[in-house]
Amino acid sequence: MKRSFIAKNPSVLIFLAILALFTLLITVMSEGFGVGGISTSFIKTLGKTLCLCLIALAMDVIWGYTGILSLGHFAFFGLGGYMIGMWLMYERTRLIVVDSLAQAEIPPTDGEVIDAIGNQIFGVVGSSDFPLIWAFADSLMIQLMLVVLVPGLLALVFGWLAFRSRVTGVYLSILTQAMTLALALYLFQNDSGLRGNNGLSGLQNLPGVTASQDHVSLWFFWASAAALGGGYVLCAWLVSGKFGSVLRAIRDNEARVRFLGYSVEMYKLVIFTLTACIAAIAGALYYPQAGIINPAEIAPIASIYLAVWVAIGGRGRLYGAVIGAAFVSLLSTWFTGGQAPDINLGFYTIKWVDWWLVLLGLSFVLVTLFAPKGIGGLIDIFTDRRAAKEAKQ
Amino acid sequence: MSTLLEVSGVSVTFDGFRAINNLSFQIAEAEMRAVIGPNGAGKTTFMDIVTGKTRPDEGRVIWGEKSVSLLGMNEAKIAQAGVGRKFQKPTVFEDQSVQENLLMALQNKRGWLAVLRYRPSPEDLVKVVDLAEKIGLKDQLFRKSGELSHGQKQWLEIGMLLAQEPRLLLVDEPAAGMTPAEREHTTDILVEAAKTRAVVVVEHDMEFVRRLNCKVTVLHEGAVLAEGSLDHVTSDQNVIDVYLER
Repeated sequence: MKRSFIAKNPSVLIFLAILALFTLLITVMSEGFGVGGISTSFIKTLGKTLCLCLIALAMDVIWGYTGILSLGHFAFFGLGGYMIGMWLMYERTRLIVVDSLAQAEIPPTDGEVIDAIGNQIFGVVGSSDFPLIWAFADSLMIQLMLVVLVPGLLALVFGWLAFRSRVTGVYLSILTQAMTLALALYLFQNDSGLRGNNGLSGLQNLPGVTASQDHVSLWFFWASAAALGGGYVLCAWLVSGKFGSVLRAIRDNEARVRFLGYSVEMYKLVIFTLTACIAAIAGALYYPQAGIINPAEIAPIASIYLAVWVAIGGRGRLYGAVIGAAFVSLLSTWFTGGQAPDINLGFYTIKWVDWWLVLLGLSFVLVTLFAPKGIGGLIDIFTDRRAAKEAKQ
Repeated sequence: MSTLLEVSGVSVTFDGFRAINNLSFQIAEAEMRAVIGPNGAGKTTFMDIVTGKTRPDEGRVIWGEKSVSLLGMNEAKIAQAGVGRKFQKPTVFEDQSVQENLLMALQNKRGWLAVLRYRPSPEDLVKVVDLAEKIGLKDQLFRKSGELSHGQKQWLEIGMLLAQEPRLLLVDEPAAGMTPAEREHTTDILVEAAKTRAVVVVEHDMEFVRRLNCKVTVLHEGAVLAEGSLDHVTSDQNVIDVYLER
């Protein structure tokens, strides 16, 4: 039976409709374009959450559908952020430098401008020279391409080495953890060329844009929503049809897939690289909303959180990944932001800032043990019941 | 008839244990062959070598009229060249429907780009229905294959093999766990398949082998002990000593 893409993926239309409604609602309630009621900082939180949902989608495709538990996808997320951050920081600093040198009696030479920019950016790590990797930082176009190319290339090389040697299961997970840890440690160094542990900052300011953050935050919110919608359609397309069939087959029994004549290593490499690129785009949208990126962002624990979100949301179903990422990351913001009221037990006070991680770990264990399908599994119960009803009629 | 597969002088050692010892084996293009032998005789290892899962220490595995060596190829390449394999335990993709399983196995381009762009053509869908009919699963096309009975899973796997349109079919204990009626049906499918391609059946069950009515190769300690008709090998004193009488 031949069925259309939408008919095979009923969740796509529903998801896009909910996402559009949500975006509209937030816009209407915003301070920038609407009646007010939702603060600009909360809009940034929501925009960032959408980006986290996007990388959760990528995680679900690589883990939930292909069965590769990558615990390193935040490395690609972070690299995407760094790539766009380089342009944002360079261009904004250049404008400030040009502005301040405009008052000088003798017009500054290009070299002097460059030196001044370098001083501004790298003074904090005791340098003033531009490292080689900043060669294209003055070009938005090139840096946008690098957002995808650099993480994509890293994933391609890493994946090629790992999959070709048939590293699978927990060993691959450990290897991806090592990759993200190595990258974080490298970036922590002052001479890494990306300002060491200071990271890149001031990313929320768009160079040459005079609009207030009330507006800019919404632009990024919209862009994040659009990226999430596009990512959802792309992922749904990837995991449906014969390609998705092969991916799930690799998850369930990769040796058998080989004997069917499919090059398992090639499929793994493709999907690993593709999801790395999706993660990178999510990161490039996330960090301008966060305003700062530093190497701590790609510490191994970040990628583990990602797996926890997807597990709690329900892997192997795309909406599950989105629900998990949104639910857990917003809850995490609430608990660790000091908004959750402490519970005074008389002899001991539960401070959520400290206890949130315990709660998260506990819920991860409980979900794994008692609801392996996660929150998304609840939706399955509902749709299964409806399907059963329809079958009866 | 020309030779399709020629295995000559192959030996494999696992941790000092010689699983295959100077084994030679030939099969023609449209031939049915039963391979029997006691546990540990090297039947599964033999299949592993032909399908590329295990690399032998020495010997040659020559394939087809162009006499290509299979030893330098990986599993996927060998499968693409036309070697299909059915495992002892039925291994179908239980999370997917019978149709999805068959579509995946169907002889088509295996590259990821081609698969990404693939849309089932009417001919492919007809082929799937025909295959499902052949293996008695026509009414189960949209059921998850995990819900099928053990015998049905065995058939689905045989159907997937046929969908691959291999020139050589390696079948490991196809009748294991089947009811007598199911065995009969399986025999029919295999005999039918052997009319157009080479089929190698590894089997313990003598009754089943008798029904296949084909040349038999007896393996023992990784080498060929006897070869010929079932009556010929069962009357061979060596075979009686090591296998039948034990």
